[in-house]
Amino acid sequence: MTTDLWTLTIREAHELLKTRAIGARELLDAVEARVAAVDGEIHAYLTLCREAARAQADAADRRLRNGEGVTPLTGIPIALKDNLCTTGVKTTCASKILEGFIPPYDATVVERLRAQGAVFVGKTNMDEFAMGSSTENSAFGVTRNPWDRTRIPGGSSGGSAAAVAADECAGALGSDTGGSIRQPAACCGVTGLKPTYGRVSRYGLVAFASSLDQIGPLTKDVTDCALLMNAIAGHDPLDSTSADVACPDFTAGLGRGVRGLRVGVPKEYFIAGMDRSVEDAVKAAIAALEREGAIPVDVSLPHTEYAVAVYYLLATAEASSNLARYDGVRYGHRAKAPADLIDLYVRSRAEGFGPEVKRRIMLGTYALSSGYYDAYYAKAQRVRTLIKRDFDRAFERADVIATPTAPTPAFRLGEKTQDPLQMYLSDIFTISVNLAGVPALSMPCGFSPEGLPIGLQLIGKTFDEETVLRAAFAYEQATTWRTRPPR
Amino acid sequence: MTATAPPRSAYETVIGLEVHAQLLTRSKMFCGCATAFGAEPNTQVCPICLGMPGVLPVVNKRAVEFAVRLGLAVHATIAASSRFARKNYFYPDLPKGYQISQYELPICEGGWLDIAREATIERHARTEGAPKRIRLTRAHLEEDAGKNLHDLGDGASHVDLNRAGTPLLEIVSEPDLRSADEAVAYLKALRELVVYLGICDGNMEEGSFRCDANVSIRPAGDEMLSTRVELKNINSFRYVKRAIEYEVERQIGVVEDGGRIVLETRLFDPQRGVSVTMRSKEAAHDYRYFPEPDLVPIAAPAAWIVEIRAALPELPEAKRARFAADYGLSAYDATVLTGSRALADYFEATLRHGAPPKTAANWIMGELLALLNAEGAEIAGRGDPALAIATGREESALCRVTPKSLAALFALIDAGTISGKIAKTVFEEMYRTGAEADAVVAAKGLTQVSDAGELAAVIDQVIADSPKELAQYRAGKDKLLGHFVGQVMKRTQGKANPAKVNELLKARLGAPSV
Repeated sequence: MTTDLWTLTIREAHELLKTRAIGARELLDAVEARVAAVDGEIHAYLTLCREAARAQADAADRRLRNGEGVTPLTGIPIALKDNLCTTGVKTTCASKILEGFIPPYDATVVERLRAQGAVFVGKTNMDEFAMGSSTENSAFGVTRNPWDRTRIPGGSSGGSAAAVAADECAGALGSDTGGSIRQPAACCGVTGLKPTYGRVSRYGLVAFASSLDQIGPLTKDVTDCALLMNAIAGHDPLDSTSADVACPDFTAGLGRGVRGLRVGVPKEYFIAGMDRSVEDAVKAAIAALEREGAIPVDVSLPHTEYAVAVYYLLATAEASSNLARYDGVRYGHRAKAPADLIDLYVRSRAEGFGPEVKRRIMLGTYALSSGYYDAYYAKAQRVRTLIKRDFDRAFERADVIATPTAPTPAFRLGEKTQDPLQMYLSDIFTISVNLAGVPALSMPCGFSPEGLPIGLQLIGKTFDEETVLRAAFAYEQATTWRTRPPR
Repeated sequence: MTATAPPRSAYETVIGLEVHAQLLTRSKMFCGCATAFGAEPNTQVCPICLGMPGVLPVVNKRAVEFAVRLGLAVHATIAASSRFARKNYFYPDLPKGYQISQYELPICEGGWLDIAREATIERHARTEGAPKRIRLTRAHLEEDAGKNLHDLGDGASHVDLNRAGTPLLEIVSEPDLRSADEAVAYLKALRELVVYLGICDGNMEEGSFRCDANVSIRPAGDEMLSTRVELKNINSFRYVKRAIEYEVERQIGVVEDGGRIVLETRLFDPQRGVSVTMRSKEAAHDYRYFPEPDLVPIAAPAAWIVEIRAALPELPEAKRARFAADYGLSAYDATVLTGSRALADYFEATLRHGAPPKTAANWIMGELLALLNAEGAEIAGRGDPALAIATGREESALCRVTPKSLAALFALIDAGTISGKIAKTVFEEMYRTGAEADAVVAAKGLTQVSDAGELAAVIDQVIADSPKELAQYRAGKDKLLGHFVGQVMKRTQGKANPAKVNELLKARLGAPSV
């Protein structure tokens, strides 16, 4: 065995585990060695679950030895974003307010992966409460981009994306409210899927904006993405918003090709001022799909320009309410020696939340306030409906829609921290997808002149992740981007 | 300038009530925790009702069904699709920092409840005349908060979240009530209804049936509503009456002193019998309601509503009419006997054991209710299993005289084994000990004496001891028969069969003649 085991994809590792060419413990040891070597600089992880992971790997080895209950994820080292609740393991959302919080329950996705015999390497860094596009809003330090350590890994699932890119795990889970899986996937040159709203249970995902949040995979390739989807998707009685619809085997149709597939190209996503290398790479990707037999068609998503405004009203409104429970009364950070109840609330929250979270709580509180509700929240909901209709219409003409994932490659650490609006615009191409509830995937489609990965976004119809994955797989097979490792 | 104070009748009182009925579901509104009252603090909690990070609510379908039951019973419109909303405010007993309630699209809208007219709502007055119709605004589902405890002696405040997440139905009336008595009558009718429906135990002391009142006054004849005051913490019928009466007097006083009523919330203090300002309009919360994104709209499909309607129990009004028609009872008797579902069920159970309706009605309304009222008890529990489970007192609060035993007592009277008078003594013993009628009669030797020979001996003695009365009787003073009967009854300790004694005495004394 000459390959470094940490570079294996989930599918590759599974083949070796299944034939017992390698052991789950051996694989975990390799990944842990890799983490020890690089994470001091990358800082993808907030918490490493060394002991629990070893026990899980040993249990996986027993399963593999007995050949009983072996699944494609048995013994696979997985990283979890730190807003997914894990029994007995700190879950902080990268916030001081939840520092030391240990949930007595698993998120449904965690429980499902656990049942499959996955091994949890650790919990990854993120923007506090998933609010941000660079992972710089973490209360516990920044994560560096494995391709250029002076740059951001994207966010908010920056830790998960960086861990996958730096081979610090075989695959990871993140969450996506306005682009938080896809934008870091683009920045780090990995594949990330935000499933259809309702496809994956949100139970145990610490809420940012309930009507937009979805959990999804970040992986080294499209096949792995489908494999993780097979494990986490499907109705959950604990989440009333999870859809009771049948789940396909997401790997089954991957190889069917794109002949005759209509690829929509929305003019609103190729705008003046966007990074030239991004525009060129995405257009080249569409041409590559065309060479595989796909048919590009022009589509229009006319309400795109309102998406950022709508998103920052609705997401902050929901967040202002979702984050009310962090009051210092039952768990998490509590201010010392409060004078009275109001002082307890004010200081616990003032000390516990970071500036971006406070900004959004204030924005959302304002948008919901008496006298402003109709002008802000209610109007934003109406525009959200228009954005949804844009996609319905576009999907009458197209089977998938291809766009850039982000307007630029990864920017430098600190470059946008003083300008929230500039930061918000990082998500300009990903936000509409959450508002419409449709699925979308980001995958590498080239490099900028500085050698930074560029992301292609493929958007699908509601509950049609299969077509998105099929198009992504065809493109991946036709190109070599994913084989290029970070420096 | 002198002004004569206008009479009280110059003002009209306008009242609307908001009632919170705790629903009798086994589990909470959005999680599986138990709802039983009185458990050790924080033992009926889970990550969901504790508001821990990442957890999500799931609607209790039974609670929705209960809301539909009420809606159907009050002729409300049941929304085919209704929504939950978040009511945001900070308080330690509110774990999520918001209460899941309903705002724009409640499950029930409109409807009405009929109450007896003011003159007829006194407890024992006869119910006559057309009832008054009180319109309902809406009824919506929501979750209860926990409880803050401040007086445990350690200087700290404590939070008990057992109640957090318990399902409530908030029932809001239009401002159609015109007096404290009407408000009480409405509350009683509503309480009777929710208990009949088996959706709430109606227990005001334990807080499972709570009331806030919106009270205002206006010059009689005015159509416009005046500024209202919200009264909180009025959790008994008596307090409701006192709090409203106090508030009306207070408002009249303010107006007559040239002042203005301010929009505020006042807290009633039952010890002092006064209300005090809790918060003014300026301090009113901005609850920042918005649709609850963690829950999909509640669907109440027509077929399900039809099913619920078919399963509704007989409601008080219908039961009253049926009792009058089927059992030949007066309107008054029918009203008393349907005063609670348990009492009505008790009455009908007695009939099933062979009791004649009139006899059963008289005994239950007379003897039984008198004894129950004397100890402030009521027949409870048997009517609705859900009620018994929720209150945990299926057996303990039941009347010790079962319907079957009561019917057996009537059979003893009917067979002449005991007299109606002795039966009352027997009944008291049955009520006290739970013994059967025949056992009491046997143990105390209360069997009626009808044997002519045995009675003749007593009669002879009585006549011998009363020569003066005998002479007067024979002289035509036939009223004195009562004296002789009384003496016979006395000497037999009431056991003599009165009819037989009459018959024998008349024969022995000879036909009274001139």
